[in-house]
Amino acid sequence: MNLPQLKFNKRATASEIVFNFFASIGGLTIFVVEFFKQVFIPPYEIAEVKKHMDELGVKTFPIVSVTGLIIGLVLALQSWPVLARFGATDFLPAMVSLSVVRELGPVITALIFAGRVSSGIGAELGSMRVTEQIDAMEVSAINPFKYLVVTRVVATTMILPVLTVYVVFIAIIGGYIAVIIAESMSFTYYQNAVINAIEFGDFIPGIAKTFVFGFIVGIVGSFKGFTAEGGTEGVGRASTTAVVMASLLILIFDMILVKITMWLWPTLG
Amino acid sequence: MADSRLIRIENLTKRFGDLVVLNDISLHVDYGENFVVFGQSGTGKSVLLKCIIGLLKPEAGNIFIKDKNIIELKKKELNKIRKNIGFLFQGAALYDSMTVRENLEFTLKKNFNFTQKEIDEKVINALEHVSLEEAIDKMPSELSGGMKKRIGLARSIITEPELMLYDEPTTGLDPITSKEISELILTLQKRLNMTSIVVTHDLICANIIADRAIFLRDSKISYEGTIDELVQSDDYFLRNFFSKEIIKE
Ligand SMILES: Nc1ncnc2c1ncn2[C@@H]1O[C@H](COP(=O)(O)OP(=O)(O)OP(=O)(O)O)[C@@H](O)[C@H]1O
Ligand SMILES: [Mg+2]
Repeated sequence: MNLPQLKFNKRATASEIVFNFFASIGGLTIFVVEFFKQVFIPPYEIAEVKKHMDELGVKTFPIVSVTGLIIGLVLALQSWPVLARFGATDFLPAMVSLSVVRELGPVITALIFAGRVSSGIGAELGSMRVTEQIDAMEVSAINPFKYLVVTRVVATTMILPVLTVYVVFIAIIGGYIAVIIAESMSFTYYQNAVINAIEFGDFIPGIAKTFVFGFIVGIVGSFKGFTAEGGTEGVGRASTTAVVMASLLILIFDMILVKITMWLWPTLG
Repeated sequence: MADSRLIRIENLTKRFGDLVVLNDISLHVDYGENFVVFGQSGTGKSVLLKCIIGLLKPEAGNIFIKDKNIIELKKKELNKIRKNIGFLFQGAALYDSMTVRENLEFTLKKNFNFTQKEIDEKVINALEHVSLEEAIDKMPSELSGGMKKRIGLARSIITEPELMLYDEPTTGLDPITSKEISELILTLQKRLNMTSIVVTHDLICANIIADRAIFLRDSKISYEGTIDELVQSDDYFLRNFFSKEIIKE
């Protein structure tokens, strides 16, 4: 793997910033290609993937729980007066659940996940890089890309959809809490309204794109960490730039994927 | 006699940008030899070791290990050779998410087919060599600098490689432990017929182990010979390097 060399100065010129941006994109592309070259070749390091998934789950569970609850609450509280003006408060469960399933759940969970996880991976692999631990694997004839990067990317790709489903569920509960603050609505009614509103088809594009988001979080964090240089300062830079890059890519890919689903299933748009 | 050469380096040049670190260096190391590399800080000793193991790619020159030019090798063939080489990093480079035991087991489990019982024996054995049996379940962050160095050493010799590359094995250790480590290098040479390249500033260590030594200076090999020859040389620079006082000319 030959990655483009970035240029780091204390005061970077505009041309250097532009150069670094494209070099980063180029390097990331090479990284993605390398991932797909290696992911299907044994050994699969299943134990390592499982370990990372456990860690990721435990690490992000509290923050996504709170996020899910707040998304649901705020969405319902804000929509309530608007719907009430048209006497349409019966639509509230449908509104909350559809927005959460289709867009808010996947994107906000992914952004939170990026903030917590791509920075973590960036810092972890970055410090392994600058303390020569990655070189140590390399000289022991162990493939560090496979052992460190592939396992982490597989783990983030698989865990984010699970977290998203959980967030959607919690957000819908949050919506109900907001409803009973404003008005009495039985849980059975709310539940039925939600179930009637969401079709299975609504879930597919929403959840499908979280695989892409999970992949982005893993690969960007790994890329920044794996290519870190320049001591502890480089580790810090890997960690922060990973969050920025991952979040931006999530938003860009969200836009692209929404377009693609609308084109594939016009009825869902 | 070409057959006795384990390593042959021809006209090696390594640069970082404008900085020429190694300039047209040639050397050879024989089977079973302990070869010492001296040089002031920043003269490219670590870079030389990293070129030999293929971590850094030189701009020019050839590095033959057992008649295979490692600069031209594919990753797969290079890895085959690397399985027979041990490398001690200057900063030990212990995997900090793993315990000492896991650090030592890692390569054994990944690259070889030993039973768990054999692995356990090897781990204990390697730790005994560096007198750190009690550290087996510690994390690297719980170890002192010198302990890390010794665990790093244990980790690199555990596979009993044919060739060991040591980057300052005794730096930061007390004189007694230093001597023990030097004796260990000598024992490994005798028992396994191991070949070693040892980067060091430690004259005591060099005296114990070295069959031959070179001195790197200004990106060249400036002297080559036995330790006695280097130490007794009248060269002004060498006398300064090896003496206790600064000698004014
Ligand atoms: N990855 C790198 N990128 C740029 N320059 C480097 C790199 N590695 C080493 N250098 C430079 O190469 C020169 C030699 O470094 P090296 O680490 O080999 O020194 P050394 O002889 O091992 O010194 P010491 O005894 O202090 O360990 C130094 O000037 C260093 O700045
Ligand atoms: Mg060095």
